[in-house]
Amino acid sequence: MSAGHSTYSPKTGIGRWFDARLPLPRLVYDSFVAYPVPRNLNYAYTFGGILTLMLAAQILTGVVLAMHYSVSTELAFNSVEKIMRDVNSGWLLRYLHANGASFFFVAVYVHIFRGLYYGSYKAPRELLWILGCIIYLLMMATAFMGYVLPWGQMSFWGATVITGFFTAIPLVGDWIQQLLLGGFAVDNPTLNRFFSLHYLLPFMIAGVVVLHVWALHVTGQTNPTGIEVKSKTDTVPFTPYATVKDGFAMVVFLLVFAYFVFYIPNYLGHPDNYVEANPLKTPAHIVPEWYFLPFYAILRAITFNIGPIDSKLGGVIAMFGAIAVLFVVPWLDTSKVRSAVYRPWYKLFFWLFVLDSIFLGWLGSRPAEGAYVAMAQIATLYYFAFFLILMPLLGLIETPRRTPNSITEAVLAKKKGADATPAGAAAAPETNG
Amino acid sequence: MKKILHGLAVLGFGLAMAISAQAAEEGETPHYPLKKPAQENWSFAGPFGTYDKGQLQRGFKVYREVCAACHGLSLVSFRTLEDLGYSEAQIQTIASEYEVEDGPDEAGEMFTRPGKPSDHFPSPYANPEQAAASNNGAAPPDLSLIAKARAVERGFPTFVFDIFTQYAEAGPDYIHALLTGYEDPPEGTEVPDGAYYNPYFLNASALAMPPPLADGQVTYDDGAPETLDQYSRDVSAFLMWAAEPHLEERKATGFTVMVFLVLFGGLVYLTKRKIWAEVPH
Repeated sequence: MSAGHSTYSPKTGIGRWFDARLPLPRLVYDSFVAYPVPRNLNYAYTFGGILTLMLAAQILTGVVLAMHYSVSTELAFNSVEKIMRDVNSGWLLRYLHANGASFFFVAVYVHIFRGLYYGSYKAPRELLWILGCIIYLLMMATAFMGYVLPWGQMSFWGATVITGFFTAIPLVGDWIQQLLLGGFAVDNPTLNRFFSLHYLLPFMIAGVVVLHVWALHVTGQTNPTGIEVKSKTDTVPFTPYATVKDGFAMVVFLLVFAYFVFYIPNYLGHPDNYVEANPLKTPAHIVPEWYFLPFYAILRAITFNIGPIDSKLGGVIAMFGAIAVLFVVPWLDTSKVRSAVYRPWYKLFFWLFVLDSIFLGWLGSRPAEGAYVAMAQIATLYYFAFFLILMPLLGLIETPRRTPNSITEAVLAKKKGADATPAGAAAAPETNG
Repeated sequence: MKKILHGLAVLGFGLAMAISAQAAEEGETPHYPLKKPAQENWSFAGPFGTYDKGQLQRGFKVYREVCAACHGLSLVSFRTLEDLGYSEAQIQTIASEYEVEDGPDEAGEMFTRPGKPSDHFPSPYANPEQAAASNNGAAPPDLSLIAKARAVERGFPTFVFDIFTQYAEAGPDYIHALLTGYEDPPEGTEVPDGAYYNPYFLNASALAMPPPLADGQVTYDDGAPETLDQYSRDVSAFLMWAAEPHLEERKATGFTVMVFLVLFGGLVYLTKRKIWAEVPH
């Protein structure tokens, strides 16, 4: 799309002078003003913009918080409390940052599910999708290490449990774990390297975001119909159309975010993290942050040995596999039709998958005992079956509905339908009974 | 396709039955706490909640006269007592009633001096080891954050409703329930030596802290009832303030932010409608 002819023509002398030397304004104009987007994008497509906003907000609040934080097991917990009590608006910065991480994940999950629903990963957008998966992986690493920094009980024990996964890897496992920890247990060296990486990774995310947006601007956005853009009537310029729609979605998202920050700032946290880390006292239940819970449930669902793989390694493989499988989604889906709108069976199984993920999240917060284990095993089975069996199979056996010829046709048909509905609805036989 | 689905449904139903049967067999292991705390009314709950200064002062009195014997409040500084309605002079007096370790002086010796408003509350024990040694091995926790560090799990679906009711008082509810919840153990319940039965305790059926409060123990000069229930209520509110001193500022700021976002969002929405009015989408 942006590979097309640039329509930027600077109007001022300074503009022309700049354009001849460093065409940065041209790049911005072509990417965020003239850039054509499908006219039928719905609000599910606004989360990319929201994610950019959240990343910027997290970096800004994080940089200021780092000015007041002390990286030492002796001082970390109290320095966070100093931020909460004595730093001007420190409580606001910290609650914004802590809840911001959660809302970053809310937005990324909506974004990923939107991609799965509308088939955004299908050719020619495989790299775009994979770059997104890399961002998601980096986000998880960043969030995990950030959660360790306040040095509360859950920080410490979460770090102990999660770094412990790596010991399951044969031969090099112990070595990897010691490298991560900087010793044999979570301690001061761990905190120091986690802080360093927690400060570094967001900028790496920003770098991959640039690639992600670049790849997006090469192939252009998908849209709810899944039909590629064919003519100029299919699109509208990014500004003002997408800018104002994204802007509205951002304000609504911020409204929900602000509700949590100002009224229930500790709702998404764990009370134990207000207790300073104590290596001698294990909490009754160690639970990660909510956004990791589905994977935590998958990890603990593997309670049996599979041949030479013991249950511990099996759980770790399943957990990492649950993320790794996302990377190959473009090649697992065999359907010729992109959007779930025209795929009745895929649509059903997609929504089941959403429910399954939420269910796994809830199971992750439960103790791994009794019926919960069996439920987690069934839910894990569906998680993998969705990707590895249903995705390839449905493309082969499903009969998709007729797809429109173009975005414009779909939009106009919808408009006609909407205009006709009030009169037609009463006469339609299926709505009479 | 329909057959496959039907098969899956039957399979799922069968598994669900098997699981519920398994779940019924368990249930013998006790889950703590044995009783869930009642939801109390707090002045600081809700979107416009504020601390009741009189209540905080009473709670502070209970803390000073009872809790402080064993529990520290090490993250709270005297100067912040201004939030409770005390004047600078009063705070100076309160601080000076505490002995604070300082130093080293020119001779290299540590010394104690009367507290200043900038000091934090000194802890009753020199270190956690001493605290544990003086209390049968269980060090009494510092109370600075206790109102945010303790909460009984709400369970599904209550935790979903909590978002909409803005329930954020699980800490004070728990403290109040624990302080008023001591009772004689039911027949057949073994309570270990040096422990006291309390069905509201988070981790077991009994805890090492003896019932700390009783009717008439602390004198109130504002006419509030001198009862166990009132003491517990007041000290819970005080500890909520100690854990979250900027709560009022947070909620007040929140209201401004919400009003701004709603108005701004409304304007952006109208702009969006105007811009998209001519484009079917």
